[in-house]
Amino acid sequence: MPDSVIFGMEVFLNGLMAGVLYALVALGFVLIYKASGIFNYAQGVMALFAALTLVGIMEGQVPFSHLINAVLGTQVHHFGWHVPALLAVALTVVVMIALAWIVNKLIFRHLVGQEPIILFMATIGLAYFLEGFGDVMWGADIKKLDVGLPQGMNSAIDDVTFGIFGYGFFIDNLDIVATLVAALLVAGLVAFAQYSKHGRAMRAVADDHQAALSVGISLNFIWVMVWSLAGFVALVAGIMWGTKMGVQFSLSLIALKALPVLMLGGFTSIPGAIVGGLIIGVGEKMFEFAIGPLVGGATENWFAYMLALIFLVFRPQGLFGEKIIERV
Amino acid sequence: MFYREAGDFKTSYVDDNQTFPIKFDRYRYYVVLVAAFAVIPFLLNDYWVNAVFLPFLIYSIAAIGLNILVGYCGQVSLGTGGFMAVGAYACYKLMVAFPEISIFFHVIISGGITALVCVLFGLPSLRIKGFYLAVATLAAQFFLVWLFNRVGWFYNYSASGQINAPERTVFGIAVTGAQNPPWSAYLFCLVFTVACAIIARNLTRGMAGRKWMAIRDMDIAAEIIGVNPLKAKLTAFAVSGFFVGISGALFFSVYLGAVEVGEAFGINKSFLVLFMVIIGGLGSIFGSFAGAAFLVLLPVLLKNVLVGGLGWPTDLAAHLEFMIVGSLIIVFLIAEPHGLAQLWRVAKEKLRLWPFPH
Repeated sequence: MPDSVIFGMEVFLNGLMAGVLYALVALGFVLIYKASGIFNYAQGVMALFAALTLVGIMEGQVPFSHLINAVLGTQVHHFGWHVPALLAVALTVVVMIALAWIVNKLIFRHLVGQEPIILFMATIGLAYFLEGFGDVMWGADIKKLDVGLPQGMNSAIDDVTFGIFGYGFFIDNLDIVATLVAALLVAGLVAFAQYSKHGRAMRAVADDHQAALSVGISLNFIWVMVWSLAGFVALVAGIMWGTKMGVQFSLSLIALKALPVLMLGGFTSIPGAIVGGLIIGVGEKMFEFAIGPLVGGATENWFAYMLALIFLVFRPQGLFGEKIIERV
Repeated sequence: MFYREAGDFKTSYVDDNQTFPIKFDRYRYYVVLVAAFAVIPFLLNDYWVNAVFLPFLIYSIAAIGLNILVGYCGQVSLGTGGFMAVGAYACYKLMVAFPEISIFFHVIISGGITALVCVLFGLPSLRIKGFYLAVATLAAQFFLVWLFNRVGWFYNYSASGQINAPERTVFGIAVTGAQNPPWSAYLFCLVFTVACAIIARNLTRGMAGRKWMAIRDMDIAAEIIGVNPLKAKLTAFAVSGFFVGISGALFFSVYLGAVEVGEAFGINKSFLVLFMVIIGGLGSIFGSFAGAAFLVLLPVLLKNVLVGGLGWPTDLAAHLEFMIVGSLIIVFLIAEPHGLAQLWRVAKEKLRLWPFPH
């Protein structure tokens, strides 16, 4: 087999893995959009905030130490203890649920019935706020996140592929874990939405707010639940991406990576987010591999958007989105 | 008392259709113009021009452009930063290629070029609507920034990848480059801002504006009563692109002087201008000015208070600024989703009856 085909296969596999990570972020968007019609731009920043909080708790950082030092002239920075990873994750989940509750209480309860664009702008405002808040709370320096996930090249795959092709594929262990986690998460979410009482209530709210209210479903509770779920998905995405590239500001930009995934898969479909993520992941890696060197590289920045744009012209609701019906 | 139509008799249709039908409004408008053109230039120093007036004037143009697209025609765009970059790079190429032509025309032609690019990226709007369109315009943002970053022809293969504005004069006085006096840059931008505002105001009052608004309110219904959606949407994209391109050209040539595309015209710029439009008020020219003024002044104010007044470290102040801007946006959206322009409208209604509200 020629070398370029083998390289291509390796790029393809890596693209699939990257796609799963995009899909993880996209999932959070879909959850909130389905249940409340809010296009939550802050999803990426929520992932960043979750990862920052996780690191901060694990390292025993004093929250707002920078601010306290500036105001009081003290020198506090760490409590001096280390929290085990699992406990820290549990605490972070609590923080994300609290965040979901506050966001609903303070912001979206007051914006019920506004136009979607106003809600969208509010989430951008929320993204700005959370970005500043995370930095003030935990400091803006790049942090290492290590919750004990395996990292580095997977030697088993390397050996097997070397045996077949005479060339070992480089597949990161972390990507494999991420794929498994994403698969579990999706299966869990689908099962939750289909079979549990609250999941059914969530789908009812997504269908029709007023009808759901009239049969006795608490909108408030469902929205807090959905935002908590999105916060949990953000935490998982934050752990994966944070382990991969360190916890830093650019983590929040993965939201921008997830947008074309959403467009491709449709805003309202959980399987769509997964399939869209895989298509985008593979597409942009293959494009960069095949065409990138001819046009100066770094095509990953825009390829996903162009692909989604061209695709949408032919199918405006995305791959799995609900058909858009317009009435006058 | 003095703010009312009563007693101000209109004797011709021209009078009846003027922009400011109330006498007080009209005089206020003249006073603002006279102050802007004849008083402020004498009071300016470098700091005020660069920190407040230039960004305010230039962002106002961008906000007017985006307001035409989002506020009047209802097509949400997140590609403003990319389109401003088109204006900036077009202006740069023109300034370098035709040094003998006045920069005045360079800026206008860059607006025209941006309008063409904007129409091209506006074509999908005929099929895609709402959020899908908003995200689709991000394609323009990322693609254009990448293009200007990677293709050497656009920055004349300079080693740093930056573009630098050469010195150009209007009536013998430098408006770009390092040596220009502050008032010349201010006046140059002011002329464009006022011209753009007048053009935009009259476009939105006329047939074009009414078609845009019909499309915004419900495009299918508009089509049924005879508005051509293709023409209406694409003209909105073109006019919007023209203004945004002018603001990009001024932003680069007069304000910054040297530009690195990813930094100056990144995705944050798109959001900033969109914030201006939303905070100022969708579908209002006055709102565009108000929003631009608000978001230009706020960081200056915060910086002066936090760093200058309280002596906090600058990085902490920068983070707090994010928090404050973010929460202000949310507070604004909750308190007044129609923006500063709506507050202004309410105030005017009250003024009409003042001091006898019953």
